[in-house]
Amino acid sequence: MTWALALLVGALYSAGLFLALRRSATKIVIGLALVSHGANLLIFTAAGLVRGLVPIAPLGSDSPPPGAPDPLPPALILTAIVISFAVTVFSIVLVKRLAQQAGTDDPRLIGSHDA
Amino acid sequence: MTAALLSLPLLIPLTAAAACAAMWARPRAQAGVCLGAALATLAASVALTAQVLRLGPIAAQAGAWPAPFGITLVADTLSCVMLLINSGVLAAAALHGLGSVDRPRASGGHHALTLTLAAGVSGAFLTGDIFNMYVWYEVMLLSSFVLVTLGSTRRQLEGGLAYLTLNLIASGLFLAGVGVLYGLTGTVNMADLALKLPAADRPQLVTAVGAVILTAFAIKAAAAPLYFWLPASYDTCPPVVAALMAGVLSKVGVYSIIRASSLFLGQEAAVFQWLLALSGLTMVLGVFGAAVAVEIRRVLAFHSVSQIGYMLMGFAVAMLAARTRPESQPVAELALAGAILFMVHHAAVKTNLFLISGVVLRARGTTRLAQLGGLCHTHPLTAGLFFVTAMSLAGVPLLSGFIAKLALVRAGVQAGQDAIVAVSLFVSLLTLYSMSKVWDQAFWKAPAAPPTKRMHFSGDPATADRDTALMLVPIGLLAGLALLIGLWPSPALDLCRRAAQEVLRPALYVGTVLGQDPTTEPAQAPTPPEEPL
Repeated sequence: MTWALALLVGALYSAGLFLALRRSATKIVIGLALVSHGANLLIFTAAGLVRGLVPIAPLGSDSPPPGAPDPLPPALILTAIVISFAVTVFSIVLVKRLAQQAGTDDPRLIGSHDA
Repeated sequence: MTAALLSLPLLIPLTAAAACAAMWARPRAQAGVCLGAALATLAASVALTAQVLRLGPIAAQAGAWPAPFGITLVADTLSCVMLLINSGVLAAAALHGLGSVDRPRASGGHHALTLTLAAGVSGAFLTGDIFNMYVWYEVMLLSSFVLVTLGSTRRQLEGGLAYLTLNLIASGLFLAGVGVLYGLTGTVNMADLALKLPAADRPQLVTAVGAVILTAFAIKAAAAPLYFWLPASYDTCPPVVAALMAGVLSKVGVYSIIRASSLFLGQEAAVFQWLLALSGLTMVLGVFGAAVAVEIRRVLAFHSVSQIGYMLMGFAVAMLAARTRPESQPVAELALAGAILFMVHHAAVKTNLFLISGVVLRARGTTRLAQLGGLCHTHPLTAGLFFVTAMSLAGVPLLSGFIAKLALVRAGVQAGQDAIVAVSLFVSLLTLYSMSKVWDQAFWKAPAAPPTKRMHFSGDPATADRDTALMLVPIGLLAGLALLIGLWPSPALDLCRRAAQEVLRPALYVGTVLGQDPTTEPAQAPTPPEEPL
């Protein structure tokens, strides 16, 4: 499974960076969201994939079953998801205000100040 | 006691931000809370620095989780210097903000966000955990996104978009790097990484992850070639926000580069060759941008890029000297002390120049050089303070910039890095050129056309004189600091040298975080008089 997730992470990063280079602020925001999904999945994959075991100690034992996955990466990902949610919400509002003021979301046409 | 002292630079601004949120309808009261919290943070940072100078680096474990598992807060001399920079700039901006932040902006949450920004920066300087550093980065970024775009003019939103896009891509890279580091070593504690990463079984992956994380930090520090977000956003936001950001924000990137690559990422000397080349490119491209810019804040923003190059240069020279020739330790110390002193100098001076641009904007309604002129006669005090500060930025003797640049150049020559020394001196000359351009155009020449239009944040004309006086107080203090460091450099230089010594001996940092039973607090310093706390 690791190879499939690795390909997916690569696809998310490349799609995200491709969109971030487009001439549309809306697509830039979608691209940034994809990049953060890619990063989250990368953490998940890099920590090692385990099938069918949960890191919960059974009753009467004080350690999880042997071979159980590491619970820390999902905790890191959860934090990162919350942060990227907040940042994405902010970016959407930013792009909306920008499009309202400039009448377009094309950064080339919005661009007005050089020098 | 230690734990309380370590968390105060975080807790004070966060609590005060919450208090500001509770007083949402009373902007004047928020300004007062912001100033009070800034001064309290400054006092806490000074107390922490005194403690670290007495006892050596100190660490505290959040929630009493033992070291590699919980989040560690750790302060060595470098962290303390950075905290002093952060709280000093915060205090200057809060004082300036009493006069320069108008009611609509304050009602939009300017003061609360300034405080959360400062808390995020303090957190990044204090944490010993690289994932936690990512979280503090985001606290700081979200606050700064709002501070930059508050007011929603078209130019601000446009600059905000550039700022947001590049910084979020950097965050994505940083997070990915942290994930791979965890996959390789099973830890995100930086001291633990310093022990485990050299033993990791896939060295090519270590190189790749180092490249990813250092790229992310370089974007945040606004190093070449990915610095475009900085000039796009700094010249569109109010000067007091630009002052805060120029004073501390890009230095968080430089600090992270220093911390991460001295502890675990810089295992190959080639990393620092690259860093040295990039520092030269950053200096040159930044100063070229400043030389052709025709608006004060844009000149200053491009100079911020250029000056980041000096800090990276000092660090790269230091690490190259320390890694390639172990006998050249004193040269490495001098170079790194120069880089750290440069950060102190730059925080004082660049913050001050942006604050002065705020006075100019208030007085004339514009900061475009062509429309200014004659400020020398109408605002002699502002002009004098600008002159002192600008000459310090250029590195004229008797001022702070001279001392910092002298240390960097001496270390560079002694380390045999003549090429980068030549580049830095050439860039200094161009810095002097563009500072004299601003002096000549804005302050010296005969006044141009009368003021065109008042900017939306230029405030209430009824209280203009009192506001300008309030804005000048921090400007005078910061100019005095630049002069003080220039005339009497040894205390600052000694502090920076001590910070450099600790960075070049990472074992001390690692030992402080991991070395002892984390439930007993005081750390083992090199020669500490062990005291009960």
